Amino acid sequence: MQPAITSQSSPSKVHRPKQRLAWIGQGFLLVLVIGIVYVVASNLIKAPTLFGQIVLSGLQLGFVYALIALGYTMVYGIVKLINFAHADVFMVGAFVSYYAVARFSMHQWPVAVFPGISPTMAVIIGSGTVILLSMIVCTALAVTMERVAYRPLRDAPRIAALITAIGVSFFLEYFGALSFVFSSRFIPYQRPFEVVAWYIKDGIHLVVPGQAPPAQSITFSNIFLIIVVASILVQLVLQYLVRRTKIGIAMRATSFDKQAARLMGINVDQVISFTFAIGAAFAGLGGVLYAVAYSSIYSQLGLLPGLKAFVAAVLGGIGSIPGAFVGALIMGQAEALTMGYISTPMRDAVAFSILILVLLVRPTGIFGEPEKEKA
Amino acid sequence: MELGFLVISIVKIFIILAAIYGLLWALGHPRLWVKLAGIVVVFGVVQLALSISVGGSMIMNDFDKGLLFQAATMAMVGLGLNLIYGFNGQFSLGQWGFYGIGAYAAADITYRWVNGDASGLLVLGIGVLLAGVMILWIGRFIRKYRDIPVLSQFTLYLLGTLATGFIALLIGTAIASGINPMIKTAESIGPLAQGLPLQIVFFLSIIFAGIFAAEISFLFGLPVLTLGSDYFGIATLGFTIVVNVLMVNTDTILPFPEMRGGRGMIGIPKLTTWFWAFFFLLAVIIIMRNVIHSTTGRTIMSVREDETASRAMGIDVAGTKLLAFVIGSLFAGLGGGVYAHYIGFLSPGTFDFLAAFNPLIIVVFGGLGSMTGTIAAAFGWTFFLEGLLRVFLGQMGTEAPSWRFVFYPISLLLLMLLRPQGLLGSIEWGFLKPEIIRPRLKPEAVAVGSSVDDRQGVK
Repeated sequence: MQPAITSQSSPSKVHRPKQRLAWIGQGFLLVLVIGIVYVVASNLIKAPTLFGQIVLSGLQLGFVYALIALGYTMVYGIVKLINFAHADVFMVGAFVSYYAVARFSMHQWPVAVFPGISPTMAVIIGSGTVILLSMIVCTALAVTMERVAYRPLRDAPRIAALITAIGVSFFLEYFGALSFVFSSRFIPYQRPFEVVAWYIKDGIHLVVPGQAPPAQSITFSNIFLIIVVASILVQLVLQYLVRRTKIGIAMRATSFDKQAARLMGINVDQVISFTFAIGAAFAGLGGVLYAVAYSSIYSQLGLLPGLKAFVAAVLGGIGSIPGAFVGALIMGQAEALTMGYISTPMRDAVAFSILILVLLVRPTGIFGEPEKEKA
Repeated sequence: MELGFLVISIVKIFIILAAIYGLLWALGHPRLWVKLAGIVVVFGVVQLALSISVGGSMIMNDFDKGLLFQAATMAMVGLGLNLIYGFNGQFSLGQWGFYGIGAYAAADITYRWVNGDASGLLVLGIGVLLAGVMILWIGRFIRKYRDIPVLSQFTLYLLGTLATGFIALLIGTAIASGINPMIKTAESIGPLAQGLPLQIVFFLSIIFAGIFAAEISFLFGLPVLTLGSDYFGIATLGFTIVVNVLMVNTDTILPFPEMRGGRGMIGIPKLTTWFWAFFFLLAVIIIMRNVIHSTTGRTIMSVREDETASRAMGIDVAGTKLLAFVIGSLFAGLGGGVYAHYIGFLSPGTFDFLAAFNPLIIVVFGGLGSMTGTIAAAFGWTFFLEGLLRVFLGQMGTEAPSWRFVFYPISLLLLMLLRPQGLLGSIEWGFLKPEIIRPRLKPEAVAVGSSVDDRQGVK
C-alpha cells in the first residue's frame, strides 16, 4: 500500500525527460549573459556619466512603453486578442493633443478665462486639459472600435478577431495618412509647456537655457519627471482599480472564466468595453507624453512603440499588470543601451531577440503563470 | 479610360486563374497524357499571350505580366504559410522574413555571377548543402541520445551550422577565384554569364535560396516552436523585424556592399520568365499536395487538431511542427527568389513588418486548410491591391496608396464579419482533392508486413 503512494509522489523515482546534455544549452545562455554583462559593465566603468544618461533615456522610453503595454495586457488577458489597433489609438492620442495645442491653443484657456492666474497653475491646468481631451477621444475611439469591429466576432474563431484587429489598425493608419486627416508627413510637435532641464554634478542644478550643461554631468528634464510620475501613478491607480473595486473584480472574473462570470451576473460585454476604454485612455496619455518627449509625430507613429509595448507585455507575462510595467522597463533599457553602445538601427532587432530569449527560458514571461492552452 | 483598362486586366488575370484551375483538374485526371497535356497547354497559352501582339500592343502587357508573376510568388508564399498555419495550426508571421531571405540570397548569387564573381553561388551552395548534411548528422546524434533539452539541441545545431558556413566560405572563395575569369573579365563577358549556363545558375540560385531559408527556419523554429500559439506568432513577427533591420544594414552591419542597405539592391538580372514562374509554382503545388495527402500530411493535420491525442498515437509533435515550418519556409524562400528576379530591385521597404501580414491575410481569405483557396486568394489579392492602385492613381495622384489601404481593411472587416472561415472554407478542387483510398486486401500486403518484422527482429 505504502510503496505505491511513495513511488507516485517522489519525483526522483519518476523518469525525468529532457535532462541529458543540458549543460550545453545552459552554457550557451551563460556565454550570452556574460557577454551582455561584460559590454554593459565595461562601458559603465569607462564612462559612468554617459552610462547614467543612457539609463535615464531608457527609463523615459520604458515608462512610455509601460503606459501602452497596459492596454495590450489587459485586453489580451480578457479577450485573448492581440489588439494591433491599440498602437494606433496611441497615435490618435498624440495627434489630438497636437491639434488641441497647435490649432486651437487649448492649453492657454486658463489664462484667457482667469487673467490673474499664476503662470505655473495656468500651464498645469492647460496641459492637463489637453491630456484629458486626448484621453477622452481615445476612449471614445476604442469603445467604438470594440462595439463595431470586435463585438460581432466575439464567438468567431480567434483568427477572425485578429485579422479584424489588423484591419482596424491598417484603417486608422492609412485613413490618418490622408491629407485632410493627419497627412502622411512628419509634423513637428508643439509642446504645451516649456522644457526645463537640470543637470546632476555635485548636486542638482538648473540648466540655463541657451547654455550647454558642463561636461561629465547627467541631464534630465521636466518631461522625464512628468512621464515617470504619470506612469507610476497610472500603475497605482490601475492596481487599485483591479484589486479593490467592483469593476476590477468583474474584470478579473471575466478574464478567468467568461461563461462563469456571465452566470454570476456580470455583464461581460460591459466589462470588455470598459477594459478597452481604460487601456485606450492610458494609451492616449502615453501618446501625448511620447509626442511631448520626442516632438515629431506622423500617422504611423504608433507602429513600433506599439509593437514594443506589446513585446514588453509578453515579456512581463501577458495578463499581468506589474509584469507589463517591468517588461516595459526592460525593453526601454535594452533599447537605450543598444542605441548607446551597439548601433541605433539594431535597437528593434535587440528588443525582439531579448523577447525570444526570455520566452525560451520562461515560456509565459517573467510574471506570467503557467496557463493551459485553450484552442 | 483607366477603369476600362482595369476591367480588361481583371478579365485577363482571371482567365489565367481559370486556366490554372483547369490545370489542377487535368493533373487530377488518372491518365498521364492528360496531365502532361494540361501542363503543356496552360504553359503554352500563357506564353503565347505574353509574346503575341495584337494591333501594336501585347495581349499581356508588362503590367499584366508583373501581376501574373507577383500572383505566382504570392501563391507560393501563401501555400507555405497555409501548410504552417492552415494545416499545422502554428500562427506564424515569419513567412515574410523567409520570403525576404530567399529574395536577397537568390538575388545576390545571380548579381555576383553576372558581375564576374562566382563566390555567391559557390559559398551559399556549398554552405547550404554542407549545413543540410550537418543538420541530418546532428539529428541522428540527438535521436540516438534522447532526452536532450531543446536549448542544447539548438546550441549544437547552431555551432554545427556556423562551422559548416565557415568551411563553405573558405572552400567557396578559393574555388571562385579560379572560376571567376571564365565568367567575365574586364574586356568581355565569358560563356558562363549568358545563355544556358546563366539559366542553370539562376535555377540553382533559387533552389539554394529556398534551402537557405529552410535551414534558417529550422534553426529558428527548433526552440521557438515550443512556445504556445500567440507567443510563437509574436516571436515570428520579431523574426521578420530582425530580418528587416538586417536588410536595412546589409552594407554596414552585414558585409554585403552590393545590397546597398536601405537604398535597395539594384542591378539584379531580370531572369524570371513565365517558364520559371510556372515551373516553380507547379513544383510547389505538387510538392505541397503530395505532402498533405501523405502520412506526413495526416500527421501534420492531427497535430493541429489535438496535440495530446497525437502524442498518444506516437506522433513526434515537435518534429512534425518543425517539418511543416521548414517546408513552408522553403516555399517562401523559393517565392522570394522568383520575385527578386522578376522585379530586379529589392528594397527593405518591401519586407517590412506591415507587409508581414499579407501572407496571413491571403491564407485567411482563401480559407485555412484549402490549397485551392490560397491560390485563388493570392491571385485575387494581388489584383485587388494593384488594381485599386490603378483606379485611384488616375484620380488621386500621390494619395492613392493611402486610399487603397483605406478600402482594403474595410473589405477585410466585411469578409471577417460575413464569412470568417474564408472564401472557400476547406474545399479543394481537382488535383488537390484527397484521393479516395480503396482498401487493398491482398496477400502480399501481409507478406510485406511480416518481412518488416523479420528485419527488426534480426537487428
